[in-house]
Amino acid sequence: MASIWEYANPVKFSNTVRVVLPWVAWAALICTSVGLIWGFFFTPDDFRQGSTVKIIYLHVPSAFIAINAWLMMLVASIIWIVRRHHVSALAARAAAPVGLTMTIIGLATGAIWGQPMWGTWWVWDPRLTSFLILCLFYLGYIALWEAIEDPDTAADLTSILCLVGSVFAILSRYAVQFWNQGLHQGSSIMRAGAVTGADTEEKVSNVFFMPLMVSIIGFVLLFVALVLLRTRTEIHRRRLSALEARERMA
Amino acid sequence: MIPDLGKYAGAVLSAYGVSLALLLGLVLVSVIAGRKASAALKDAEARRDNG
Amino acid sequence: MIALLRRDLALAVRAGGGFGLALAFFLIVVVLVPFALGPDTSRLAPIAPGILWIGALLACLLSLDRMFALDFEDGSLDLLATAPLPLESVILSKALAHWVTTGLPLTLVAAPLGVLLNLAPAGYPWLVISLALGTPALSMIGAFGAALTVGLKRGGLLLSLLVLPLYVPTLIFGAEVARRGADGLALETALLLLAGVTLAVVAAMPFAAAAALKINLR
Repeated sequence: MASIWEYANPVKFSNTVRVVLPWVAWAALICTSVGLIWGFFFTPDDFRQGSTVKIIYLHVPSAFIAINAWLMMLVASIIWIVRRHHVSALAARAAAPVGLTMTIIGLATGAIWGQPMWGTWWVWDPRLTSFLILCLFYLGYIALWEAIEDPDTAADLTSILCLVGSVFAILSRYAVQFWNQGLHQGSSIMRAGAVTGADTEEKVSNVFFMPLMVSIIGFVLLFVALVLLRTRTEIHRRRLSALEARERMA
Repeated sequence: MIPDLGKYAGAVLSAYGVSLALLLGLVLVSVIAGRKASAALKDAEARRDNG
Repeated sequence: MIALLRRDLALAVRAGGGFGLALAFFLIVVVLVPFALGPDTSRLAPIAPGILWIGALLACLLSLDRMFALDFEDGSLDLLATAPLPLESVILSKALAHWVTTGLPLTLVAAPLGVLLNLAPAGYPWLVISLALGTPALSMIGAFGAALTVGLKRGGLLLSLLVLPLYVPTLIFGAEVARRGADGLALETALLLLAGVTLAVVAAMPFAAAAALKINLR
């Protein structure tokens, strides 16, 4: 009886990746290209934001992945704590740099998009600020993995950090909202959040929405492809160090 | 072929430039690291099988 | 647990315990700010609550890595972990010792330092209250960070990187209370949120820190 837990076996996981990865990678490339090309070349300008609206096809997907990568790391950390599957711990480690890169892309595109709109390269709007904090969480997580020698200890400690960090990330989200605009205030005068949030849901008509969806799907596929690839790399590295340890003892 | 981006050309192009550069960099680093790890593992396994 | 607390307090106050270091650092930071921003008191006054909060927060960081490190190195942490006292209580006691020797003195010293930054008169009580409520959270969160990094040789910098993002909610609410107090605005919400965060942290973090310590003691 097949179950997803079969893939907790590193060998089965690696073999599956070898078969599946090319498909996912190509799908990611095609989908992302279609989405970005469609959005860049074949959509009109926005009434208010001019051609900068085209940045949406990068900004929203990257922000989406930035958050969901952390969620995936959280789930993988819990699986490691509960079921001790190494593949899960390594998958969390593999996903972190991808999430970090997506966060940086989200911040950079957010700032670049905002500059012509708000007249300044950075504003401490709640969404951007929360992403900045998320960036710091990613950095800390990656740094902790790098700092600890024993892989199992590293997996355990980073899992705890991921859990605690997730709670604080949610707490910070509300704290930052409070800090910027007081509690329970939905819209801000600056409408800074509008660049990323409410605006895109409210007034995105089909002509923007479709290429945006395709881009998001493309980014998701890209995330999956990268995590599969990087997890397999981590598995190979672990096997390598085990073999090298045995060589040294022989 | 490139649409008229108007006065925001710099912003849009740099946004796309930065993002694509970062994505490309991430993909390249991941692929190269993967290849290196696989090669090193193959060598170690060959040494173990032969040595 | 009282015995443990007394021991840690005595150790901290003794030579090299870092007791005066945090206070000195706080003073230095506060003194440096006007050099960086210019002596214009009208510019210093509005940011005084924030500067004082950040100074206190950074000063708290200084002695965090020694919370468990000394006991870890000489093996007494292993003894404490296997003692009948639950590890969570040990951690609570150590965090409390840290607060008594760091957070509490910083809170008390903040008001005189506020004079240096032209803190508005209305702001003094709220500055002290917000620090009194917030610094225990800083010590407890710091204990978690210290537990994560206790095995590392130069874990101090990593400890700061891990702990500072976790400080953000306490800093936001604490500084908000101090700022609104100085401006004479309503601050009940911020005060409640600050207290809430501290209570939640003190209640829940010992368990996370204990888990991390047990892993590092394996």
